Amino acid sequence: MLYRLAGIRHTTYRSARQLFPIPFDRKLLGFVILLGVAAPFYLSPLHLNSYLLPWVIWTTAALGLNLLMGWAGQVHLGYAAVMAIGAYAAIHATRFGLPLEAALLVGGLASSVIGLAFGAAALRVKGLYLAVTTLAMQSIVDWTIVHVPAISGGSQATLQAPTLRLFGLPIETDAGRYWYALGLCAIVTVFLLNVSRTSFGRALVAVREKDFAAAIIGVSPFKFKLLAFWCSSFIGGVTGAILAFCYYRAITPEQFHLEVSIQVVAMVIVGGLGSVLGSYFGAGLVLLAPIFLNNWVASLASALNLSLQTDVLSQIPLVLYGGLIVGFLLFEPLGLAKIYDNVRNYFLVWPFRHAR
Amino acid sequence: MDLFFELAELSISGALVGLMYTLIALGIVLVFKASGVANLAQGAMAMVGAYLTWACLTLAGAPLWVAIPLGVFAMFFVGRGIERVALRRMIGQPAIMVIMLTLGLEIMLRGLLPALFGPVKKRLDIGIDAAPIIIGPMLIDRAYLVSGAVALILIVLAVLYFNTRQGVMLRAVSDDQPASWSVGISVERAIGISWGLAGIAAAAGGVLWGSIQGVDWTLSLLLIKALAVAILGGLDSILGVLVAGLILGVLENVAPVYLERFGVSGTRDVVASLVILATVIFKPYGLFGREEIERV
Repeated sequence: MLYRLAGIRHTTYRSARQLFPIPFDRKLLGFVILLGVAAPFYLSPLHLNSYLLPWVIWTTAALGLNLLMGWAGQVHLGYAAVMAIGAYAAIHATRFGLPLEAALLVGGLASSVIGLAFGAAALRVKGLYLAVTTLAMQSIVDWTIVHVPAISGGSQATLQAPTLRLFGLPIETDAGRYWYALGLCAIVTVFLLNVSRTSFGRALVAVREKDFAAAIIGVSPFKFKLLAFWCSSFIGGVTGAILAFCYYRAITPEQFHLEVSIQVVAMVIVGGLGSVLGSYFGAGLVLLAPIFLNNWVASLASALNLSLQTDVLSQIPLVLYGGLIVGFLLFEPLGLAKIYDNVRNYFLVWPFRHAR
Repeated sequence: MDLFFELAELSISGALVGLMYTLIALGIVLVFKASGVANLAQGAMAMVGAYLTWACLTLAGAPLWVAIPLGVFAMFFVGRGIERVALRRMIGQPAIMVIMLTLGLEIMLRGLLPALFGPVKKRLDIGIDAAPIIIGPMLIDRAYLVSGAVALILIVLAVLYFNTRQGVMLRAVSDDQPASWSVGISVERAIGISWGLAGIAAAAGGVLWGSIQGVDWTLSLLLIKALAVAILGGLDSILGVLVAGLILGVLENVAPVYLERFGVSGTRDVVASLVILATVIFKPYGLFGREEIERV
């Protein structure tokens, strides 16, 4: 039907190897980009600021973590700590007088250096050890931020982020901040779309599938695991800084706790390991589902005249993240991206299913 | 002399706490030995055990000597159930998937039980006198002493269990799965039992710890302590977890007090994380672990 393959003939290698070989995909992508860029003109400020902006930023974070978990196959349970390092480093750098672009780089570099240090320690052994070490990293970074007044400004303090600037021009509007975050998300998306077509991406996949087999064909697993840690932490740091500048605008250590790490991991798994599109779906579902479920449960309770404690409602996101992770791992390990793929494959040859 | 007694007092109560950590870490080690799977749901299982015991005691009104065995025994089946429903389907999947699955269970249970029973902290009274015991110039909390003793008894029972027929079966499975298969041992059943025992260990630890600090979701934070103990001990050695538990307990009780005097406050929460990091850097196989973890 829509995704017709009939009549599409690739006569050059170039056209066969493009990212989106099917014209309908290209048109759909163009349409989605248009919708995304024009969002501030047709969405209310409430929807833009509390739904779409966090979605875009968390998608970027999920993409960064997906590079590590999906492509390189390494667990990371302390991604919020990585983002916290980026956010605090970038804010301190701008206060020090650096322009924002340089501060973002400083944030990314700080995250990747610290993330790499923990990764290097853990990569001597693997699997469970890596998971536990990153868990330890999360609590050590949390503790350091809270207990060193030079970083957080005291244990209960919030740190105001300076105004967002693009090449020195201040950006004060909601739309401006949204476009800034969208721009970063686009850069990371393009990077990840292309990563699997480079030798770097193929090496990561080889290491993920069987590390000693990769070592035999001359791909150094240790080097590429470290590179994956480096890249992923860099993206995480920059995203953390963007989160601080565009969304929170004043940060406290509580915004980067273990629950947030779990949330990002849930996004990656629910969306689909190793899928760019999946990160968009996963971030959307994990962010928006608790909001809608909360509203739904609250309205159900009021309809049935039950008095629900607000504390009970606050448990819903946790149950949902856990339930989503368990459910997807058991029933659809490749996540929402796989479900989308199944639907798409069905329509590729619809209604001639036998032709597949 | 005062300094010595202060140190001794801190060390003794630290060691007693360490015994409780050991009890919970035992579950991680048992599952890892039997199936090579990381059990990150252990903290939540401790919490579930404490909640179940509390429910038997308060909601159902059962007497203490019924409620505790009931709660602990129920966790045996919860553990087996988790293995049967979730973990068995994941055999052959990459390690990252299994780790994430147990973590997902941990998160889900951490939210689910407070949502069911109400998030207010519950008091779990298991009938221990609150008055401390005084030995010379030292004060020792009676709850810690009883809990430590119970934990030690359970650990000894676990060691003895490994000499029974079933325990030998578990050891065979942990040694070599295909070989135990070929001599007629049901590997699936052994793994199931190891999860059940992990449930018992978690529940016992959860009840003891819950009687000291109350039952709410924070019980599941014992996960990180148990992981630190398991990793320091070497992941596949019962003796290792016992020693590591004592080390962590003592460190956690002594270090913050002395660091406080140098102006570093609140270090208690990071001791476990630092222990994990130090172990992974300096002695990745732990104190008593078998050195066969691949280095790639």
